[in-house]
Amino acid sequence: MADSGSEDIAVIGNTDLTPSESENNLKNTMVEKGTNLLKMMEISVAEAEKRTGKNAVNMQETYTVYLIETRPVDAASEGTNPVPDSLWRRYSEFELLRNYLLVTYPFLVVPPLPEKRAEFVWHKLSADNMDPDFVERRRVGLENFLLRVASHPDLSSDNIFYSFLTEENGWKETVFETGFQAKADSRLKALNATFRVKNPDKRFAEMKHYGDELQSVISQLLRVRARAADRLYGVYKVHGNYGRVFSEWSAIEKEMGDGLQSAGHHMDAYAASVDDILEEEEHYADQLKEYLFYADALRAVCRKHELTQYELEMATMDLTSKKQQREELATGMIRTFSLKGMTSKLFGQETPEQREAKLKMLETQIEEGKEMVKERNAECEEFVKSAWVDIERFKEQKDHDLREALISYAIMQISMCKKGIQVWNNAKECFSKM
Amino acid sequence: MSAGTLRSLASSGQRALQDISHPLSAEESALSRSPDVLNPSSAGERDLILANGTPVDTSSPASSSSLLNRLQLDDDLDGETRDLFVTVDDPKKHVSTMETYITYRVCTKTTRTEFDLPEYSVRRRYQDFDWLRNKLEESQPTHLIPPLPEKFVVKGVVDRFSEEFVETRRKALDKFLKRVADHPVLSFNEQFNAFLSAKDLNKRQGMALLTKMGESVKYVTGGYKLRARPVEFAAMGEYLDVFTLKLGTIDRIAQRIIKEQSEFLMELREYGPVYSSWSSFEEDLHDPLEGVSGCVSNCSSALEELTEDMSEDFLPVLREYVLYIESMKNVLKKRDQVQAEYETKLEAVVFREDKKTPVSSDVEKCQDRVECFNADLKADWDRWQNNKRQDFRQLLTGMADRNIQYYEKCLAAWESLIPLLQDKQDTKGETN
Repeated sequence: MADSGSEDIAVIGNTDLTPSESENNLKNTMVEKGTNLLKMMEISVAEAEKRTGKNAVNMQETYTVYLIETRPVDAASEGTNPVPDSLWRRYSEFELLRNYLLVTYPFLVVPPLPEKRAEFVWHKLSADNMDPDFVERRRVGLENFLLRVASHPDLSSDNIFYSFLTEENGWKETVFETGFQAKADSRLKALNATFRVKNPDKRFAEMKHYGDELQSVISQLLRVRARAADRLYGVYKVHGNYGRVFSEWSAIEKEMGDGLQSAGHHMDAYAASVDDILEEEEHYADQLKEYLFYADALRAVCRKHELTQYELEMATMDLTSKKQQREELATGMIRTFSLKGMTSKLFGQETPEQREAKLKMLETQIEEGKEMVKERNAECEEFVKSAWVDIERFKEQKDHDLREALISYAIMQISMCKKGIQVWNNAKECFSKM
Repeated sequence: MSAGTLRSLASSGQRALQDISHPLSAEESALSRSPDVLNPSSAGERDLILANGTPVDTSSPASSSSLLNRLQLDDDLDGETRDLFVTVDDPKKHVSTMETYITYRVCTKTTRTEFDLPEYSVRRRYQDFDWLRNKLEESQPTHLIPPLPEKFVVKGVVDRFSEEFVETRRKALDKFLKRVADHPVLSFNEQFNAFLSAKDLNKRQGMALLTKMGESVKYVTGGYKLRARPVEFAAMGEYLDVFTLKLGTIDRIAQRIIKEQSEFLMELREYGPVYSSWSSFEEDLHDPLEGVSGCVSNCSSALEELTEDMSEDFLPVLREYVLYIESMKNVLKKRDQVQAEYETKLEAVVFREDKKTPVSSDVEKCQDRVECFNADLKADWDRWQNNKRQDFRQLLTGMADRNIQYYEKCLAAWESLIPLLQDKQDTKGETN
């Protein structure tokens, strides 16, 4: 987080943020020297509310809105603590923002949004989008998204992003006015089409492969973890049954009764402790999920690079063929087989005037082609340069964040073990007094 | 002196008929109250005091059961008061043309004069233990005989010769002999002596003894109906009924926990390796991820140990107590039989016109039997309660210990991982 008043962010309007959550937010967000927006303002997604309204097809629907609060950094340090500016946004608007960023900065690894639907759930959590736990975790995820964008060296200075945070009305229109959707559509079509690049850039190919592997392994990890969490829940809860039976048994015992009864209480406590344990583990799962989606963003950059490369190759090929045509026309020598060549053989060659006209047209096309190649080349180079800078930045961020995530996971496990030891020691004491 | 086999039954001496309260009277408890020889003043009026007023000779073997039971109630394993030590170990497989079976070594150390030597080492198989138990039940019907592990292995899946099964059985057999050895009456049984000392157990020995049993055997024959169980013993019966239920519940819970833990273990065994495969395509994160994988693997092993221990040590002891309870219930029923016989005969006599001596002596014998039985049973009950308390304290403490050990192993694994994870942190990193 930004260096000043980071704890305050957690406090604005939302007292529900637990210490572990704010810590989690802290850990999720990378501090980058020279982050623009975050140095200037504090951002938070403070609350979530349910709303009902008519949707696009004029049907009633229930949806959740999130309160985005912003405040200039200086304000807090002055001690005056003014009321923050705020506006409500729903998830679809976040999606719109992200899509805009994806199209506008195809060479950047754009931070991902929290998942649309709850996946990798274990039995206790509901997969329902209206579930309060899910909404809460989504709120945290959305805040994390905004903080990541705001701390990105390039994305943070985007105007649309700024107005997303500050202008409640008319923001959507502003976005559409940029015409990004047209670009999006064409790009999307190209991305979906299969194309083969003749000389793929090795680095990007490797990155894409890495993205694939990362996505696959994190998915697997989340799946198994969810199953394990389910089982762990069972283990703890069944111990609660000891509580009941010890209590019943103690009723028929004289000297053993007290020890049994109190041991039973500890068994109940043990059974109850699993809820908190698994709640904490969800944070870890969320951290993993973020990078699961980040892997996707990384792959997207690689694919867009491929597209750029492909377009360059197309332009180059086109130019080459045009040059060749000119040469053929000029020398009259038919190097390659062409229908033109055949027909001219069959039906006689063109008149000098026709040839002249054709040559002229070709020259124009070639000039245009050269420009195109130059453009595309520059695009490609620019893309590669910017993308690679961001990819390096991303790598560092990923290594740092995941390492932190593993550390906090280990700490969680340590805490769980210590609690277990304590409970069983308590129970043991009771048993020994039986 | 095997006080158990040829016990003289007239432990309380002659009693005048008029001193005996009618079974149906409210004073019934006096009959069944155990003689408290150590505190004659607090004892009931009609307890072990002869009709002429002299107290019973407490040194006579016949009453030794109740006296000794009182004296040796606390099982504090004070080595000085024990003079008989038995262990069961060293299981070995024997293969013959007819069959394959396991024998166990039974070691005895004793200073008792009933034994010719101070030390013995013999080999016995389950059959022999079973024989011994049957003999004890026959010859000591008023006493609670400790249970043996299940004779037949019901689940076809269990391997009779697997290490776990043999070890579980060995422990149960060891417990069985120790309980017999600690019993002030059972430990003096002739067959028990033979079991511990004879090179070859001549099981036909038992047949001859059967004929010498005489009246003792009649305890088992029933046909008499008891009107009401005395309060004391009714309470015991009720306790046993509830206790059986609770033990059953605990058994089910323990099994369920083992099952859930096994399934959790399965997931862990899949979970750990994923970190490993992840580490294979990471550079900076390679070591941390490998570390986590190793940690999860260690926790898995620890969990496996816990589950195995609970299966092998916890469950069998629970089940053994269920068998113990069954034995106790049977003894209670036998006692009821003896009392019923006495009451029936007494009633017959009371309503008879002429009081012929042979009849009254028969009734008196019955009365003696009842009193003996009650005394033995109560002493055994107290001992059993005490042992139960210790056994369960040990069992449950053991369960707690195992869980603590499991968590401690996991804790150590995760704690040792932290420095590894924090390694290579730049100055920008925060540590915890």
